[in-house]
This record gives sequence, C-alpha cells and structure tokens, in this order.
Amino acid sequence: MVAVRQTVEHVENLEKYKHGFVTDIEQDFAPKGLNADIVRFISAKKKEPEWMLAWRLDAFERWQAMDEPDWAKVSFPKIDYQDSYYYAAPKEKVGLNSLDEVDPDILETYKKLGIPLREQEVLAGVIGAPRYAVDAVFDSVSVVTTFKKELAQVGVIFCSMSEAIREHPELVQKYLGSVVPVSDNYFACLNAAVFSDGSFVYVPPGVRCPMELSTYFRINAENSGQFERTLIIADKGSYVSYLEGCTAPMRDENQLHAAVVELVTMDDAEIKYSTVQNWYPGDPQTGKGGIYNFVTKRADCRGDRSKVSWTQVETGSAITWKYPSCILRGEGSSGEFYSIAITNGRQQADTGTKMIHLGANTRSRIISKGISAGRSSNTYRGLVSAHPKAKGARNFTQCDSLLIGKHCAAHTVPYIEARNGQAKFEHEATTTRLSEDQLFYVMQRGLSQEEAVQLLVNGFVKDVLQELPMEFAVEAQKLVAISLEGSVG
Amino acid sequence: MLSVSNLHASVDGKAILKGLSLDVPAGEVHAIMGPNGAGKSTLSYVLTGRDGYEVTGGSASLDGEDLLALAPDQRAARGVFLSFQYPLEIPGVPALTFIRTALNAQRRARGEAEITAPEFLKLARVKSADLKIDFEMLKRALNVGFSGGEKKRMEILQMAMLSPRFLILDETDSGLDIDALRIVSDGVNALRSPERAMLVITHYQRLLDYIKPDRVHVLAGGRIVASGGPELAHELEANGYERYEQAA
Repeated sequence: MVAVRQTVEHVENLEKYKHGFVTDIEQDFAPKGLNADIVRFISAKKKEPEWMLAWRLDAFERWQAMDEPDWAKVSFPKIDYQDSYYYAAPKEKVGLNSLDEVDPDILETYKKLGIPLREQEVLAGVIGAPRYAVDAVFDSVSVVTTFKKELAQVGVIFCSMSEAIREHPELVQKYLGSVVPVSDNYFACLNAAVFSDGSFVYVPPGVRCPMELSTYFRINAENSGQFERTLIIADKGSYVSYLEGCTAPMRDENQLHAAVVELVTMDDAEIKYSTVQNWYPGDPQTGKGGIYNFVTKRADCRGDRSKVSWTQVETGSAITWKYPSCILRGEGSSGEFYSIAITNGRQQADTGTKMIHLGANTRSRIISKGISAGRSSNTYRGLVSAHPKAKGARNFTQCDSLLIGKHCAAHTVPYIEARNGQAKFEHEATTTRLSEDQLFYVMQRGLSQEEAVQLLVNGFVKDVLQELPMEFAVEAQKLVAISLEGSVG
Repeated sequence: MLSVSNLHASVDGKAILKGLSLDVPAGEVHAIMGPNGAGKSTLSYVLTGRDGYEVTGGSASLDGEDLLALAPDQRAARGVFLSFQYPLEIPGVPALTFIRTALNAQRRARGEAEITAPEFLKLARVKSADLKIDFEMLKRALNVGFSGGEKKRMEILQMAMLSPRFLILDETDSGLDIDALRIVSDGVNALRSPERAMLVITHYQRLLDYIKPDRVHVLAGGRIVASGGPELAHELEANGYERYEQAA
C-alpha cells in the first residue's frame, strides 16, 4: 500500500528523540579515568566530611574486587571504566540560593525541557493546577531545588544529596546504604564510590507532603557517566509522592548511568515513587550510542502497615537493567510495582521487580506491561519470595507483553519462592502480537497507522498509566506515542 | 457514487476477484449474495484498503475519486464505512473514547473542527438509545466481553455516529436473533438517504426482508454473474447458488 508506506517513511524521517540537544557551557571535569584519587577529588569538590570520604574509599576498594554481572539478557561491548569522566559540573555558581545566579544556559536547558524551575512560573499556572517542587540535577551536580522554604515550614527536607551530607549528616549516616548495602552489586558499589548528586527527602512523622516532589536528571557532558544517589525517608504515618525524569543529548558513544535509589518507610508511612525515563536510546537503525541505564532501586518497608508503590515508564536508554524492589519487613506492609517498558529500534531492556516478603500478612502487586518493537529485546525478570515468618503473604503478578512487528523479542522470567505454606502467590502472563486485524479495524474507522498503534498501545498500558500522577500521565502518554513512531512498517 | 470496473484482486498470490464490475448510485441499497468463497469479504476488504489484498487490475472509485490510491483511513475520512462480520476487541479503550477518536480523526482529515465533548456525549446518548444500547456499556472497553449481537449493534452505533456516505455491511445478520436483527435493521434503514449508498453483503435472503435492496447481485467465482431486482434474492433462496457457480 503506497500511502501507508509513505506515511511510515515520513514518520521515520521525523526527529524521534526530542531532547537530544547539547547545552554548550563551561564545565569542570575530574581527570578522565577511575582511581582512589578521583574518588578523593569528587569528595573534595563536594566539600564532604571525612566519614563520607572513608565510605566512598571503602566502596571503591570493594568494587575493584567485584565482577560485572552477566546474567541479564542484554549484550554490549565491554565497558572501559577508565575511559570516562566521573565528575562533570557547570563551572562555578553551583549550590546557590537564588535562581538568578544560575547560568542562563542551564536555565534555558530546563526551559526547553519544559521543567519549571521558577516557583512563580509554577504558581502563575492555571489556578488549581497541581504544583510540584523540582530538584534539577545537571550532570554531576544539583543546580537548584525549588519550594524548599515552603516545604521546610511543614518539616519536609527536600534538597540535593550533597547538601544533605553537609546539613543533615545524622540522617544521611543513619540511612545511607541501609537499604542498598555498599557492595550489594557491581553497579551499586561503583555508585557508592563515585556518586555525584541526587535528591534527599525526609518527611517527618504524621506529615503528608503538601506537593509532588520531583527530580529532573540531565546528562549533558560528553564521555561522562552520571551516578546519582537518591534517599527518601518517610517517617511514621507520613506520605510523599516523588517523580523523577531523565533525558540526555544524542551522542554516538554510550554513556553510563548507574544510579542508586533507597527508600525507607516507617510504620504507616507511604511513598509513591514514579519514574519517566527517557534517556537517549541510541540510533534506531545502527544501535550506535545511547545510555546504559544500570540502576539499583530498592525500598525497605521497615514499619508495620507501611507501603511503597513504584511506577515506571521506561522508554529510553540503549540498555536498561533495573529492578525496583520492595523488602516487605514490617507486618502488614505492602509493595506495588507498575511498569511500562517500551523498546524500539535496537534497544534492550531487562527490567522487573523483587518483592521480598519477610513480615506476616505482607502484600504485593505487580503489573508489568512490556512493549517491543523494531529489533529490540524486552525482558521482564521478577522475584517474589516469602520467608518462613511471612505467614499470610500474598502476591498478584500480571505480566503482559505486546510485540509490534516481526523482528523484536519479549521474554518473561519470573522467580517464585515460598518458604512457608501459608503464602498465596498468583502469576498471570500473556504475550500478544499487535494484530493486523485490530490495526485494520481501527484504521477503517479513520485513524492513520501511527494513530492506530498509539490507540491500541495506550489501551494496553492503561492499567499502569492511571497509577501515575495526573500531569505526568499525560506526559507519559505522549512519550509512549513518540517512542513507537515508525514502529510499524 | 461507487463505481467498480473489471476489478481483479488476489490474496497471497491467489486470484479471488476476477473482473468484478459494479455500480451503486447514490440513494440506492445493493445486496451482494453468493456462496462461501465467492469473494464477498474480499470485495469489502479491497474497497476499504486492507493490507494483503492486492489489486492486480481494474478500478474502483467513489464519486469519481480513485479509492484504490487511498490509505484505509483516507477512505474512511471520505465516508467509506465497513461494518465488520467479526468486529475486533480493543482492550483498554472505552467504546466512547474509540468512537470520539475516530470521529475527530475523520473530521481533522476533512479539515473540519473537532467535535466538542458535550456535543459528542449528546450524540452518543441519542444514537445509543435508538439502538437500545445501555449507555453505561459505552464506558467499557470496545467489544471486550460483548456478545455477538452486542458487537454488531456497536458496529451500527459507530456507523450512526460517524455518519458515512458509503456503507458496506458484511454479514451483519450473522449471530443475531430476530429481535436484535430488527433493531440493527432499523438502525441501518434510518441511515438510508438520497446522499448515501449501501452495499449489503449476505448469505441469506432473511436480512433483505428487513433491509430492502434496490438491486441484488450474485457474486460467484470472483465476478458478478447475475443482477436483478429484489425478486432475485427470493429466487436464490428457493434454488440455491448451484447454477451460478457452474456459470462462473
């Protein structure tokens, strides 16, 4: 069909990755490569106390003795860890109090990305529109955090990790590495040694955080990795909803993003953590470039009846290796994982979750929607386990895969371990191909091929999209559409 | 309105339509009858532009415009509507959302303004009531878990809301009990107008008692082998297709 082919070709020629621009500013780099001196350099740049440097150096020593994991269903050339910069920051003017002191080029960058950094811009929006506070991380540093004062009035601490280390050392020392231990895995250990910045949140007992908190990660510098570290603590009976977004310029080389996120919930506390990940996925034809997204995210539901909900929309990155997990320690605690993972072009994703039921009557729920198109590979990998004390543990898992086209792959690898007789686990999985029949039916009603794919895919992922905060759900829906442009041919 | 001339089409390299010619003027309802495998569904798919149905010769035009050069959605925007023999399930997409998305896509393609939400809901309430469809049902994912009869009614509802000019009904009576058949036929008859034309594809004469055709054509062996008035349908009901199959 000539017309359809033309449409597809037209769409293929559109610029698919809309955040691929580079901001040209003067940057401070650590010397290329990785050794103990680089670790000291980073720590010194951040004016860290002695204990933090000791922690980093210990991590670095352990990391040198570890091997890169090879069990994920992804393949990539061996990473040369000496061929990268571990610290990149816009020159001077960092950690300032007023936005007016921030480099205008950086402000322009966030403006282009549609991230509101000026509180009055957020306030000037539509009346009744939800407000959200932003921590903006540019390469290795946090450039600005908004609404800090207003949040402080209710006792909520929201700041960059660097600032938390300086200003709230007692909290950082108590919780950092308590969910993801230093030597948990290769990438987490590397992160512990060289992590640059990230967000820190503490919500005091009984406080319901008055607005959405968010961090926007931007990788800009060439040949550099981003190693952010995020720590969120929800004290007894508190609630916070947090969202992270990620983008990077289009570059021919692969860039490493090895983040660690730790969440802690005390009795009756709840954290809702959402991710919209849109790192540069690499060239769809050649597979050249793109971010290696090797991330460790884990929540410790320490308190009774506490709750953590992970929602992720993963559309970017050349390779995604990521398993946001919940340790359900507190009695009656619960964990949720809602995931949309889309791979197109030459992308590879191996993602899922771990729900570790330790306490009695703990509950977990997993809804995973994987969509593969182009020549991509998409794997769901998940573990649900119940320990001897987790009497009455319950899990429900629904894992759906959708294939678009004939050259992509979907895999589901569930691990289930019940070490007591009173756990109840349910697992449902489906794999379907986007059917020609459905596509034709929708097109016969007047939708173009691209619109038809979008409609069908949005229907497929609806259960997960509705878990996202409203304004981000709209954003995510658009992102889903963009990620799949040119997927049918 | 529709003019098909010496149309040849094949599926997977196998010739199905072998020189089919047909004219359906505006304001008329034509029935296509024929045995299994005669090419009835192929004709509906070729006219609507389905992938895999390759036109190897001949022409088809709507009001003088070459239909075969247009993508399926462009044909839809010009008013070609196919009521499917087996309507598809669309998981996660409520019927209302689906119809509104389709209606607006067509309007955009025609350079018209999109329908507003209140206008759309009002229209949906009126049209669903006509077809005795519970409005709540339109909030459910389209056709998911619907009975055969409900799916067919949903096709007619879409037709009524999209207001096409050229309508193709493919085996619309299959799977309908007598009450549902009456409701569906009333819905179709309500759309008869001097500006519209319809092609009713059916095995059985039964449907034609409810939707009275102006002309009846017999499709056998990929060609129209006989044409006549409504009486031809009765003749077929009495004597079967055998002699036409031999002729083809």
